[in-house]
This record gives sequence, C-alpha cells and structure tokens, in this order.
Amino acid sequence: MTTMAPGVLVPVADRPAARGRWGSVLRTPVGIGAGVLLAAVLVLAVVAPVVWGAQAEAVDTDAILQGSSAAHLVGTDNLGRDLFARTMVATGLSVRLALTATVLTVVLGMLLGAAPLLLGRRAGRLVTAGIDIAVAFPGLLLALFFAIVFGVGATGAVLAIGVAGAPVFARLTSTLAAGVASRDYVLAARVAGVGRFRVLLRHVFPNIAEPLVVNATIGAGGALLAFAGLSFLGLGVQAPDYDWGRLLQDGLSGIYRHPEAALAPGLAIVVAGLAFNLFGEAVAKGIGLTSAAGVVRGRRAAGADRQPATERGPVAGQPVLDVEDLSVAFPGAGGPVRPVRGVTFSVGRGEAVGVVGESGSGKSLTALAVARLVEAPGEVTAARLDFRGTDLRTGGERAHRRLLGTGFAMVFQDPMTSLNPTRRIGHQLAEGARRHQGLSRAAGLARAVDRLRSVRVPEPERRARQYPHEFSGGMRQRAMIGMGLMGEPALIVADEPTTALDVTVQRSVLDLLAAIRRSDDVALLLISHDVAVVREVCDRVLVMYAGRIVEDLPADRLAAGRHPYTRALVATVPDMAVDLDAPLPVIPGRPVDPSAQPPGCAYAARCPLASDRCRAEDPPLAADASGSRVACWHADEVADGALAAAGAAREEVA
Amino acid sequence: MSELVFDDVTVRYGNARTGHTAVDGVRLVVPDGAVVGLVGESGSGKSTLAKAAVGLAPVTGGAVLLDGVPVPTRPGRRPVQMVFQDPYSSLDPRMTIGDSIAEAVPRGTPRAQRRADVLRLLELVDLDPARARAHPAQLSGGQRQRVAVARALAARPDVVIADEITSALDVSIQGTVLNLVRRLQRELGTSMLFISHNLAVVRYVASTIAVMREGRIVEQGPAEQVLGDPAHEYTRELLAAVPGAVR
Repeated sequence: MTTMAPGVLVPVADRPAARGRWGSVLRTPVGIGAGVLLAAVLVLAVVAPVVWGAQAEAVDTDAILQGSSAAHLVGTDNLGRDLFARTMVATGLSVRLALTATVLTVVLGMLLGAAPLLLGRRAGRLVTAGIDIAVAFPGLLLALFFAIVFGVGATGAVLAIGVAGAPVFARLTSTLAAGVASRDYVLAARVAGVGRFRVLLRHVFPNIAEPLVVNATIGAGGALLAFAGLSFLGLGVQAPDYDWGRLLQDGLSGIYRHPEAALAPGLAIVVAGLAFNLFGEAVAKGIGLTSAAGVVRGRRAAGADRQPATERGPVAGQPVLDVEDLSVAFPGAGGPVRPVRGVTFSVGRGEAVGVVGESGSGKSLTALAVARLVEAPGEVTAARLDFRGTDLRTGGERAHRRLLGTGFAMVFQDPMTSLNPTRRIGHQLAEGARRHQGLSRAAGLARAVDRLRSVRVPEPERRARQYPHEFSGGMRQRAMIGMGLMGEPALIVADEPTTALDVTVQRSVLDLLAAIRRSDDVALLLISHDVAVVREVCDRVLVMYAGRIVEDLPADRLAAGRHPYTRALVATVPDMAVDLDAPLPVIPGRPVDPSAQPPGCAYAARCPLASDRCRAEDPPLAADASGSRVACWHADEVADGALAAAGAAREEVA
Repeated sequence: MSELVFDDVTVRYGNARTGHTAVDGVRLVVPDGAVVGLVGESGSGKSTLAKAAVGLAPVTGGAVLLDGVPVPTRPGRRPVQMVFQDPYSSLDPRMTIGDSIAEAVPRGTPRAQRRADVLRLLELVDLDPARARAHPAQLSGGQRQRVAVARALAARPDVVIADEITSALDVSIQGTVLNLVRRLQRELGTSMLFISHNLAVVRYVASTIAVMREGRIVEQGPAEQVLGDPAHEYTRELLAAVPGAVR
C-alpha cells in the first residue's frame, strides 16, 4: 500500500452504519458553527450578485479611492465603485471557480486513483508510479506551472488548480480503494463473477465515499485560497471580471492610505476558507470518532444483581485472588451498560480455574477488570478485589503496578499485538524485571534467557536476540508466557491463549501451562470459548452468561452441569465422537444484549425449562454441600434429566 | 455431473529466488455430490488452494478442472463458489443482504426472477425473506454466515468451497451453520470442498478427508479410515492434539 500524502484525512476505522453520524456531526458546536458559516457563504454566492450587482458596477467619479464612510462601508476603488458591494458580489465568482476546480480535482483524482483497480497489475503499477511522482511536487508549484501552461485567465486558473490538486486526491482514492479492494466482500463479488467496473461502482466507491467527500470539502477551501493567490499574482481572473484575489491585489496598492480596501476581500477569503475547512474537519471528526453519550456516576451496586457475598466457591486457605460482587459498567446511550454484573469467585493457590461462555458473556472483561486493565470510560466496582491479600481497590496506582507487575501474569489471545515488533524479545522480557525487581541490564537479560528456556523455547540465547516477527505464533505465545514468568507470579490470567494457534501448537502451549502450574504452584485463570480445552486443563470451571456466573463446578463434572446453559454449551461443541447421523445440538436464540437485560434469568428466553418465575426473578448463585454453585431455579430438575425430556419434546431447530 | 479436480496444482508467490511455494503439486478430486474435508494447520496452504480454485490465487503449475475443463475465472457465470471465513468482512456493509445475494445471481436473469431467487434462497438458509432489506450490521454472526451461504448458492454453483466457515463464529452458533451446510448439501447434491482446521467439524461434515501440510497433501481417504486408522505420522499427530482426545 502506498503511503498517505500529508494533510489528508483518512478514516480511523470503517464502521458500517453511516446514517445518523452525518446528523450527529451537526450537533457538535464546531459542526454547527462551520455548517452555518458554509451555508451563509454558499447563499451569499448566489444572492449577492442579485442584491449588490448594480451597486458594484456603478461608477462614481466624484468618489474615487475613498476610505470607509457611511455611504461606502469599506470605501471605493479607482473608479469610485463601492468596495463592500464588490467584495460581496465577488463571492459568487470566487466560490464558483473554487468549486469548479474542486470538481475537476475530484473527477480527475478518482479516475486516476481507481485506474490501478481497473487496469490490472502492470498498467496499474505505472499509473500509481505516475501519481507518486506528481505528489512529490508541491501543489502550489504545480498550480503555477499549469497556470502558465493553460494560459492566463479564469479558465486557465480553474484548469491549473483543478489539475494540480488531482495527484493528492488520486493518491487518497487509490490508497482507500486498495484497502477496500482486498476485503472479503470484494473478493466474494469477484468470485460471483462481477466485473471490475461494477465492483468499483458498487462496492469500492460507496465504502470510501465518506473520506472522499470530507477531503473534497477541505480541498474546496484550499482551492479557494489557491485561486485568490493566482488572481492576486495576476494569473487568475482578469478585468473587468473580479474575484477576491483580484480585489485584494487592487486594494493592496493603496494599503497605507485606506487598508479597508485590501482587508475586506482578505477577510472574505479567510472566512470562506475557514467555512470549508472547518466543516470538512468537523465531519471528519464526527465520522472517525465515536464518543459514547452519557456518563456513569458514582459507584453503583444494584441490589438485584448482587450475588450472595458469603458463598464464593470452594477454596481452601488464603486464596490468591478473591473477587466479590465485581461489576464493570460502560456509559451507554440509555444509561450505563453493565457487561459484567456482580461476579463473585476466588482462585486458590495453584488452582486452575476456567471461565467459559459465549462471546459477549463478560468473561474477558472480568479478567481485564481483575488485572486493572479496564480503561475509561469503563468503570469497575467491587465489594472485594483482593490479590494475595492486598486490596486492589484502594491504595496507590504505583503499588498495584508493582504487585501486578511481579506477581501476576497476563497472556492474551494474539501475542503479535502484545509484543512490540521493533524490540528484541529478550529486551522486552527484561524490561518489566528491570523496572519492578531492579535488576541490572545484564541480569535482566540473563533471566529472560532463563525464562525462555523454562517455556521450552529452543536455543534461548539466540532467540532472545530475535524480533517478534522471527517467532512463529506458538513461539510468540511461549515468549508471552515467559514474560509473565519474569517475576514470581502467583497467578497467570490467560485470555483465549490458544485460540489463534493450531491444534498441535495449542497442545504444546496447554501442556506448558500445566507444567508451570505444577512445578511453581502457580494459579491459572483460563478464559476460553472452547469447553474441551477448559475441561482438560482446569480443576474448576466458571460458566458465564450475560455478565454473571451461572454455574461454578468441577471441570470433570461439566457434562453433568446443573444449569441448562452449561449443558447446552457442552453439547454444542462437536467432538470426535459426535453422532454423524443426528443434527448437532444448538442453543436457539441469541445472547441477550447487555444494554437490555431482562428482569429475570437472562437465559430464560433460550431455556427449555424456563417458567414464569425464571422470567420474573433472577435466580441467585447458590452453593450446594459440595461447594459447587449454580444460579437456576430448576437446577435439581436438570440434574434429574429434565433437560433431555424437554429437548426430545422440542423439535430440533437446525 | 460436476467433479472438481486439482491436477498437480502449484501456487507460487514472488520470484524464483525469494518466492514461496504455498501449494506444491496438489492432486485432489472432489467427486460429484460428495463433501471432501481438507484439514491442516495455518500456513499449510489449504486456503490458498481454495483461492486458486476460484481465481483469487495464481495457479503457476497444473490446472483446476471442472468436469475436465479449466474453471472459468473471468467475469460472468462462475460454477465454483466460495464461502469465506469471516461473515463480518465478507458482506458489503453498505448493501442490503438481498442486494448482496442478488449480485451473485447469474447475469441475464430477469429482474423478477432475480428477486424471487433471493427470497427463495433466504428461505432455504432459514432466514425470514422479509429481512432481505436488512443491512449486515443488523444480523448476528450466524445469520450473516447464512447470508454468505445463500450468496454462494445464488450463483447456481456446481461446486462450493467452504473455507473455515465456522471458525469466526461462537461455538453455540457453529452448530447451526454446520447443520445448514449438511442439510443443503444433501438436498441440493452440491459437490463441496470443506476446509477447516477443526477435525471434529470436518469429521461431522465430510465423507472424504485430505490432510495438508506445507503445501502438500500427505494423506487422503474415506473419513473413517483417515481418522480411525491414520497412515501418516502427521495425521496421527493432529489427532492426538485434539483437546479431550484420548492420549
């Protein structure tokens, strides 16, 4: 992909629904101001010649080169014509010429920019190279060059400015288009036999239209200024026609006697230019950024969601991690959204606890909240959040950082994004140890090599000197785990650590985690959507649904869960023994939207056993004699096999 | 009768010296009306092989043949269709799902017929035809993937290639898509190349399984034979690595 020209606005990230965002642009103060200003300029461009046309042409030889007066607001020119009227009337020509040049820029730019997509590889590369060379010249230089080529006068200037702006716009178009052209939906259209030109019109242009429109708007402001410049230099509009640049030039000769004559058109140029630029910027900002409306205030702990504080699952002795009534809230359009609602659990020393659930169940957010990694505007509240006996809710940020930096390891799904691609692996591992444990550079590196060896990275001395891209996916994940082991962690939180890995690599990473746990007595909180992985690695499993723990049970009892959701989740995963003649079991319906939690059990809508009580009252997470916990009014019925009966009675939704 | 044959297909990227061979002399047959499962790890070349079949990757050696003639890759009717991995990126966010499906209907189909096709296909993949005017953003991942399947079928393909179509979906939705694929394949008798890294998923869908590694097919045969009595060391390794597998 080619690099972007400076000063070009590109979308921060593409988001599908555009409607409503243009409207929201106009609700910001800058957006309103710029919008009104732009509308005023455009209206003036149309209306001014009608209103002030006659006055602007009226020659009055008795009032030559006058300063401002009651009769002539900004004075008169050398034929006694009213300069205020002339400045106003000039709006029409100035804006019209600028817009014409911009249209020319946009059309030429889009044609050139789209050419690489239409022409195929070789010819496309030639066009791109041509654009790259043209972009290297400053725009104004190009404009001046073309102004000479096309000849002095308004037409020449329009052509000059229009053509001079084209390369930058072409670059923008080709870069954006190249990004869209490699998307799956464009590939799918090509596979469906849709021709290049239709792909361009249907898929590429609509998806890059927003940044193009924004940049064209800003470009119009630039064209306006460029035009004033050319006219001022005498290369643009010629007498008897006049635009702002022309008026500016006329006024400048007498600037010491009556500066108004030059200042008025100058001011007009600034205001009109600002109107275009600000409007473009406001729209760009509105499109590129999403700002959540509404603010979470204070610490909320809605009673309904609170889970019994006394029952925290079976943990012997002092737990490594002790969490009670943990909630995470984000501001939403209709009040705070709470994707994690009153989660209570603890992890014992050396224990492996798995967290399973569908995406959106709040399992990853729970881990982030524990690691103090939820960023504003997200807000974490908890009745208790103890790590090795230290309350993480109070106390200084620095103390926590030290505690978490040495005693706590976090492993993410994609190790490539959590490693700095520009630094050697060894240095990255050593960094934390040097900061938190005060190791010297050499000692830090030595420990890094040692840790890499402990996570079974072959040739750790050589590997420590390599960059992340020289590591395979599995090796990177080992390096990440090794980084977590630089301190003396009591807890490793692994969020989908093997989801991006192949099965054989996944196997080795899981084995590694198990070995570390055994040898160093490290606790593990393993978050995964894969029930099979969790069942194999963990002692105990927390099943999450809609931001709550719905069941907490020993891993080997997963298939005999007492919550209908646990049963359903386990059943939906095909394993190597699944019946080939029957359809796969599925969970009907979809997970609840965190911003629209029902009053009762969140799973009720999808549950075959749901009763009126389920829909009205959220069941508490209650512990049984063995210490397992379940939040279901029908838990005992599930254990007795009611689910199988209900499932058989219901027609399978395939 | 439509049989897709990869005849000694090689896909090379880059030049002779620094280039990279993604697919190396693959011979694979997708018999008429059968589902062939293709398993392998990332980088094994299975997605490249799929792309080669639909003209998205350059075939530098050998040929992809449909009933003995090279698969056409020019604009126009394409008898080999593909369903992509990620339903969040394979549907144009600006287009209604109805338009996305209609786009794949062969050109020259009358407008009314086209519209009827879209409604029929939506019904076929268990989506309410009234939602034809919905945008992808209004659909869940599983629903989107069903739209993607409908789009592939709209082109009236002889062969459908499914490239990791469930790996971007939640486990709870995976089952719905797999059930749909099995049902459609049985109803329509479409030949299918089903690519996945998940052995359990492939086992459920495919009757024949091919195992790919480093651009080559290392083993292929009937599903129960490949999974039950693997001949190649690598296949045994894959099977042993499945979580929950007996070791």
